[in-house]
Order: sequence, then structure tokens, then C-alpha cells
Amino acid sequence: MILPAEIRSFLTDAGSLARFTGRFFSQGFRPRYEMSEFTRQCYLIGYNSLPLIGLTSFIMGLVLTMQLRPAMLRYGVESELPAIVGISIIREIGPVISALIFAGKIGSSIGAELGSMKVTEQIDAMEVSGTNPFKYLVVTRVFAATLMLPVLILLGDAISLYGSYVGVNIRGTTSFYLFWSQVFDNLVFSDVMPAFIKSYFFGFAVGIIGCFKGYNSSKGTEGVGRSANSAVVVASIMVFIIDLLAVQVTDLLGLN
Amino acid sequence: MTTGKTISASGTGISPVLEYAINIQHLYKSFGDNHVLVDFNLEVKKGESLVVLGKSGSGKSVLIKCIIGLLRPDNGSIEMFGENITEINAEELDKIRAKVGFLFQSNALYDSMTVRDNLEFPLRRHWIKLSQEEVNKMVLEALEDVGLAHTVDMMPVELSGGMRKRIALARTLILKPEIILYDEPTTGLDPITGKEIIELMNEIQEKYNTTSLIISHDMNCVRMTSDRVVILLEGKCYADGSWEALQLNIDPKVKQFFQ
Repeated sequence: MILPAEIRSFLTDAGSLARFTGRFFSQGFRPRYEMSEFTRQCYLIGYNSLPLIGLTSFIMGLVLTMQLRPAMLRYGVESELPAIVGISIIREIGPVISALIFAGKIGSSIGAELGSMKVTEQIDAMEVSGTNPFKYLVVTRVFAATLMLPVLILLGDAISLYGSYVGVNIRGTTSFYLFWSQVFDNLVFSDVMPAFIKSYFFGFAVGIIGCFKGYNSSKGTEGVGRSANSAVVVASIMVFIIDLLAVQVTDLLGLN
Repeated sequence: MTTGKTISASGTGISPVLEYAINIQHLYKSFGDNHVLVDFNLEVKKGESLVVLGKSGSGKSVLIKCIIGLLRPDNGSIEMFGENITEINAEELDKIRAKVGFLFQSNALYDSMTVRDNLEFPLRRHWIKLSQEEVNKMVLEALEDVGLAHTVDMMPVELSGGMRKRIALARTLILKPEIILYDEPTTGLDPITGKEIIELMNEIQEKYNTTSLIISHDMNCVRMTSDRVVILLEGKCYADGSWEALQLNIDPKVKQFFQ
């Protein structure tokens, strides 16, 4: 049976990505460890993404609260607004929106950076200089993305809840203490942990896909642009797929 | 077909293997149905400056990347310093690479690093135990060799094409290599800058007594740098001899290059 070209190309890409991921696991935990490059990447990927994630999280919390208020009023449960917003942000909206923004910012920058290094032979130069470019460029970036995204999501969730507190107080008066009590009194372990765990998978997906697209870039500058673009698209889709799988797993484990 | 000057160790009393800096035997490399190198043989003597001349797409860059281990040949052997690099592991290959410089066609300077960091990078990777003082001294020495000591804290993007080529050459020199591989060293440069780079290559060859393997299709570069020229055609070593000998060759395919 001859498969259509698009399906063959998709399967080839999926196979290459699986091989690339396998290479990451086979090389990532063996010395030599590139600690200084890893620390630098944590700074670039984590610290430098905080303003963007912080701003979007604040707006998201504020807007979500203002959008929900009329509906809550209609059903006479306005006092439950902090609890509903808190659960929505922590369980789903915070991790997914932050991961999507992270995919846009970090996925594209990794894809473009490695793609540009590939087409200008900088990766070959690194190999000739006695450096394993896979460890130096890929392993450090994937680990940094995996570890930094959960931290960004935690901070983003806190900023988002503060945005929600501001939103609640635009049309009413709720004390800071009361707002946070209502949020945390209604949160349980199964709201927080699955969301926190899946954020590591989101970070890993963004890192590995950005690196895969950049590392396998070809066809000159046009290829670099294409790598950056497809890194964002594929990583964003992967975020939703992981989210879908995570909800199934938590459901099976009785955590929903 | 021209045989030209042949390399032989007979009568010198030195083992032929040790006399060669690079010894390539029966090398094959294909990309799908495209057979780039077919039973390619080449020996480069220590201290020799050999140019591999060929048309664009003839496989010159593939050959040089096989020699440095960036591409794996399908078959055949490549010996450097008595080691067959197609059979050794990554660690042993790195030890050999520390003694071989590679000047990339595109310079391949790390554009996110300063000139100093670009030069320090191979030093830090190969010679881990160097003190900062020693590193600074070696960086300055390499930059002085190419006449660009003042660019030490500049970024590659701030440099002209010729300056970037010189910095790439300084990065190649910093490990004091015994062999330098040049991939199209004058491509993309104007004739004056190209001539300056050629003169610099000759100065380096003389000063450090390195073995040079130069890939080029720039006839000016070939004439000015070569002790011996090899013409790469149809994946094979088609002709081999001095610049003067090949110029007088009557084979039409060889004549094409000199017309």
C-alpha cells in the first residue's frame, strides 16, 4: 500500500523526532555536563520570559474574573467567584496559557537560534572544537525549558490570581485576606499536583521540539524561518495533546 | 589521465605511514544515488601544502568534512597521525581534532560570542586546565598573528568579511595545529582581501610549518598556495601534480581548469 506523500512526510518527521528524543535521553544523563551553559539557558529561558508570562497572566486573571462576574451574579453565587476563578486558573487556564506563550517565545527563539547556527556551520565548528554540540546546545536547552516552565507557571498563577483580586474589586469590595482564603480553602491536592506535573511535560515538549526543528534546519535562511515557525506550531499543538492526555490520566487515577 | 608528481617514501628510510600527515585510501561517499566520492585515494606529506581543485559540487567539501570526521564515509580509510579516524571513538577523534585546524567556508564564528570568546572556546574545550592568564596570552598571540589584536572585544557582526575570515583563521591557529584544512578560504572575498588571506595562509605555513590541505576553485589561490595540486573529478583523484605540470597537461578535462 502506498501512503500519500503528506502522511509519509508526517510519519518520517514523527520518527525523526522520536529518534531525537531517544538521543536526548541517551546523552542527557551522561558526563560531560555542561553546567555553565545550562545555568545561562535557565536565565535566558526562565528569567527573561517572566515579564511576558507575568503580564499575560495578570490580564488573563483580571479578564476572566470580569467575564465570569455577570454569569455568577445571574445564578446568585457571586461570592464563589474567587474560588471558581482560582480553580480554573490553577487547574487549567494558567498552565495551558503560560505554556502556549512559552512555546511562542522560547520555541521560536530556540528553533531560530539553532537553525541559524546549523546553516552557518557553527554547529560543525563546535564539533570540530571538541564539543558535543548535542549536549552543549540541545540537552542544556531542553533541561532548562523543562525546569523553568513549572516555575514560570507557579509565578504566573500567583500573578493571575492577583489580577483576579483586582477584577473582583473593580465592581465590589473584597478584602485581600478574604479573597485568598476563598481561593485556597477551595483548592485541594488533586487541583494542584496534576497541573504542576503536566507543566514539566509542557516545558519538555517546547524545548525538545524547538531544538529538533532548529537542529535539523536546512535550505539556508528560508529554512531558519520555517524552523522557527514550525517549532511554535508543533509545540503549541503538543501542549494541547499533552493536556488531553493528562486529563485522561488524572481521570483514570481518580484525581478529577 | 595525468599521474603527475607521485608521493613516495622509498629511499628516505622513513616509514611511509609516518611520513604522511593524511593518508586516504579507497574512500567512498554517497548521498542516495549521488555518488560523490568513488574510490578516492590521496596522501598528503607532512609540511606539504596540497590543494584539491574541483568544480562546484564535485565533492570537495564532502571530502574535507570526511577528513575531519563531520561526515562518515561509506567505505575506505582516512589516516591522520597514524590513526584511522573512521574506526576510532568520539573521544579519540577529539584528541586528533585538537591537532587539526579547520577553516570553514562560512567562517562559522559564533555570532552570540565576542571575538575573545570565539577564540577561547576551542581552548577551553581541548585544554581544560589552562589558567585565565595563559588563555589571554594565547588569544592575543593568535590575534596578533592575523593582525587583528584590536578586535578582541568586538562581536563578529561588527567585522568586515575579510576580518571575519582572519578571526576564523586565528581561532583555527589558537590550538597550534599540525594540520590545517581550509574549505574555500577565498570564496566571497574581493580579490584584494582574497590575496591578503592567501598571503596570511602562506605566512602561517612558513611560521608554524603546518601541513595544509586547501579546498578551492579559485585559481589564484591554487597558484599561490600549492606545493601540489589534485584535481577532483567524478569522485576520483583525476590528476595530481605541481601547478606548473598541470598547466602543461594536454588532457582536455584538466585543461578546462586552466583556460
